[in-house]
Amino acid sequence: MGSNMAEAHPVGFQWVMEAKERGAPVFHIDPRFTRTSAHADLHVPLRAGTDIAFLGGVVNHILSNELDFREYVVAYTNASFLLREDYRDTEDLDGLFSGYDPETGAYDPASWQYESVEEKHAGRDADSAAKEQSSSYQHGSGGPRVEGGSDRIAADPTLRHPRCVYQVLKRHFSRYTPEMVARVCGVSEEVFRAVCDAWTANSGREHTAALVYSVGWTQHTTGSQCIRAGAIVQLLLGNIGRPGGGVFALRGHASIQGSTDIPTLFNLLPGYLPMPTPEHTDLSSYVDSIRADHQKGFWRAADTYAVSLLKEFWGDRATADNDYCFDYLPRITGDHGTYRTVMDMVDGKVFGYFLLGQNPAVGSAHGRLQRLGMANLDWLVVRDLTMIESATFWRDSPEVETGEIAPERCRTEVFFFPAASHVEKEGTFTQTQRMLQWREKAVEPRDDQRSELWFFYHLGRRLRERLAGSTDERDRPLLDLWWDYAVVDDEPQAADVLRRVNGVDLTADRAVGGYTELKADGTTAAGCWIYSGVYADEVNQAARRKPGREQNLYATEWGWAWPMNRRVLYNRASADPEGRPWSERKALVWWDAEHGRWVGHDVPDFERDKPPDYVPEEGSVGVEALRGDDPFIMQADGKGWLFAPSGLQDGPLPTHYEPHESPVRNPLYGQQGNPTRKVYGRPDNPSNPAPPEPHGEVFPFVLTTSRLTEHHTAGGMSRTLPHLAELQPELFVEVSPRLARERGLEHLGWAHLVTSRAVVEARVVVTDRIPPLRVEDRVVHQVWLPYHWGTTGLVRGDSANDLFGVVVDPNVFIQETKVATCDVRPGRRPRGPALLDFLAGYRRRAGITADTGTHVLTAGPGAEGPAHTEEES
Amino acid sequence: MRAAAAGVSMERRREAGVGPKRWLELWPVYRQLTGGDPLGRGHAAQSPRSAGLTARTEGADHVAKSICPYCAVGCGQRVYVADDRVLQIEGDPDSPISRGRLCPKGSASTQLVNGPQRARKVLYREPYGTEWQELDLDTAMDMVVDRVLDARDKGWQDVDEHGARVRRTLGLASLGGATLDNEENYLIKKLFTALGALQIENQARI
Repeated sequence: MGSNMAEAHPVGFQWVMEAKERGAPVFHIDPRFTRTSAHADLHVPLRAGTDIAFLGGVVNHILSNELDFREYVVAYTNASFLLREDYRDTEDLDGLFSGYDPETGAYDPASWQYESVEEKHAGRDADSAAKEQSSSYQHGSGGPRVEGGSDRIAADPTLRHPRCVYQVLKRHFSRYTPEMVARVCGVSEEVFRAVCDAWTANSGREHTAALVYSVGWTQHTTGSQCIRAGAIVQLLLGNIGRPGGGVFALRGHASIQGSTDIPTLFNLLPGYLPMPTPEHTDLSSYVDSIRADHQKGFWRAADTYAVSLLKEFWGDRATADNDYCFDYLPRITGDHGTYRTVMDMVDGKVFGYFLLGQNPAVGSAHGRLQRLGMANLDWLVVRDLTMIESATFWRDSPEVETGEIAPERCRTEVFFFPAASHVEKEGTFTQTQRMLQWREKAVEPRDDQRSELWFFYHLGRRLRERLAGSTDERDRPLLDLWWDYAVVDDEPQAADVLRRVNGVDLTADRAVGGYTELKADGTTAAGCWIYSGVYADEVNQAARRKPGREQNLYATEWGWAWPMNRRVLYNRASADPEGRPWSERKALVWWDAEHGRWVGHDVPDFERDKPPDYVPEEGSVGVEALRGDDPFIMQADGKGWLFAPSGLQDGPLPTHYEPHESPVRNPLYGQQGNPTRKVYGRPDNPSNPAPPEPHGEVFPFVLTTSRLTEHHTAGGMSRTLPHLAELQPELFVEVSPRLARERGLEHLGWAHLVTSRAVVEARVVVTDRIPPLRVEDRVVHQVWLPYHWGTTGLVRGDSANDLFGVVVDPNVFIQETKVATCDVRPGRRPRGPALLDFLAGYRRRAGITADTGTHVLTAGPGAEGPAHTEEES
Repeated sequence: MRAAAAGVSMERRREAGVGPKRWLELWPVYRQLTGGDPLGRGHAAQSPRSAGLTARTEGADHVAKSICPYCAVGCGQRVYVADDRVLQIEGDPDSPISRGRLCPKGSASTQLVNGPQRARKVLYREPYGTEWQELDLDTAMDMVVDRVLDARDKGWQDVDEHGARVRRTLGLASLGGATLDNEENYLIKKLFTALGALQIENQARI
């Protein structure tokens, strides 16, 4: 779902084809018929942005017919745990959960807790303030603290108690009937039931089913909850931690996983430790915010991860006496995400900007905003393989055509540094299944081409030389930095950096073997605790290359996967509570009673010698508190979460909300869209109106975008290559024959698409691949186009991302670029200043102001919540 | 397959070298009737030109093991090199992920590395300038040092608007990392954090 694997991840798709050859049925649930659909047993087109309604229907089908894998669900999930009495569901509040504050547009999650947690530790976690103060993005991957997770949580193993998670889940999804799925998604009841039947029939003791998604799920204002919904289905059916099961994210850049693990992201430190906030006045308050006193699992040892990271940053200067330089870390206060930053550029609050292999002028939502932001900087540094739109915006952007940017009026100083390619440097990529693979250097880069490693190492060295002798407190973190990586011929050695990321025992100058060896007393330094083990025994484990054909399917001697080279996460769940495989054909790891250890085809994701019948002593915490049948060892209660008692900004359970821009009123609740989405209401970020606002008919069609096989993201690595440019030379838009008739669009002729932000022209492809859908009592047309084009490269064209505004998921700040509304007209678009008048005309007819789309609360009789607009600055 | 083809071409060249039979053997039907290729789909149908061809990779003096730089599937690549120049990039059959396969983008990696689109020189555009100019790398690095410190100081905050200690700068930002190595991301995050910069973002947010 939300993935076109055959075209976007073609080589990975060979495994789907192989499964199909062996008899696995394949379903493709996605708005558009693609080559993935062509290979599937069934393609299910649905309206873009309704995946949660569909998955909610599957949950309802499973629970109504008691088709869940009951033994797995009772033993390994939180299905039996009781919730507090004051929890209120969307069933009670017209699409809201208890705790919503209309003024801040945020929830207080106190009423979502487990019953026993609340009773024993009242008040510890009850203070959730506004969206900017206590948000899920601040939790790292440890997720939220659950104080009391290691204590006995009130539960009903019969799953009959009305306040147990199982019953709450059942009630929450009770209105997601096949009829409702048909009304919301445009999927017939018959087709929907066929998917449910196949999914449940291929799950359980003898079978498993895998779920694959891509950015078709994440790029929504409900993106996090979409993945939660998939995870709930898979937990109910016993498809997590088992061979052939799982929820797979297919990611789109070579090391996008690595750059999340070792995050060039504002809210995280390496290994999913959170960035500190002003409330963290010292190291212990920071560590205590990550872990709870009474919790299970490996996050309990967060102090060892944090201190080891600080030791790697500041080396000898970090001591117990100075709190390991914890004070040197800058503090975040709310949203410092890329879209917030770009708006701050427009407002003149940001002065310098580095672009490192990313091209936001084409690849980010609201291209015009991106380019106007870059045109208002003191300086911009672009590092890339080739000249990209984000380096040349000052002379060839669409805003030059409209007169909004002119070179002689654009003050931004631009530096372009040529980068070394993937064969001109050595280092590791982490691919989409957490596997690190080392690349050898093949050739030297030419002329001024340099690696990022070179650039940042030497930038750091020069900065430190410039500031040498400074007594300014501001410069201390830079001057005290441990920055002595091995350098050969001016090039810092990636292997040495990787070794320090792995972690070093400072008392013996020895690479540690894994994160359990890390200490909180300053004797170990480790850049990223989850990567500990990649340099075990002083060997670069990521460089291992034992051919796949000489190994079993898990190929554990090729590369190295975090954590501890485990290929299937939480694989303890592949065995039953007694430690035996659920079935012989689905065996993965199991308890070897004779030798007293876990063994199997994969590296067990469990303590090696903890027997399945292990019961911790009363009062244990952390790893010791994990029972022998608690497979989810990173969770504070050791269980898979059907219900998320905290950690999510927009509710403990997924709920269908309409996209920010939608042609229909939400058929399920009075609450139209995600009530906690961030809308950035400002004049330069207009929204198309959506019900219950009037004038939605000005933008009557649903717009969605995705990738082509032959191009890569914003095109810098593909539109510049003759082979790929020739294979896909021009931007096109796919429309159905019916829409083509209604709008007078000719196959291979021109059309232009209009939103309140931009007009984009493209060649028309009239095709059945994007069928109109019947939603409620009307026909909804969807249009699709790829987003790779821009103004430079061998093949050029308008950028589809210009059409989108900026509205984001409140948990992760990812923008909604998989669905918006638009108008479609035949012919080419207006050019020059006329284009601005044309857009203003659309906005006028639709009655659009900065207020439009910002009244996020619509639940309750006659309710219209406050507008969430930004003050003029 | 490549080895087999090379073997055939060697044999053909030997055959074609021996005197009067040479002309007859240039006739494909003769080769089809007399050789080991009765269906005429192999060396019987081969022209002297294609018989003389060898794989580009045969000239390699070194093969580097690498990984495809496009999506996150992580397909194995073999980089064939001669005289410090990439000859060809092929799929790595040893990889348990890709088993030797590459998609159109991965297959175009040789162009990605060798193509004329590759920038090789530092370029500089001054404020209000209308053209690029070349700039010495060393000079450019020093200019960036100046500007980083200037932007850091212009956006510096010891405390936030509520008086809470934040020790940070909002004056500079960075975007990108998902196409880079783990080791590079690590140094980027470490250096910016030490500078007090926190608007550090990458493609994972989109």
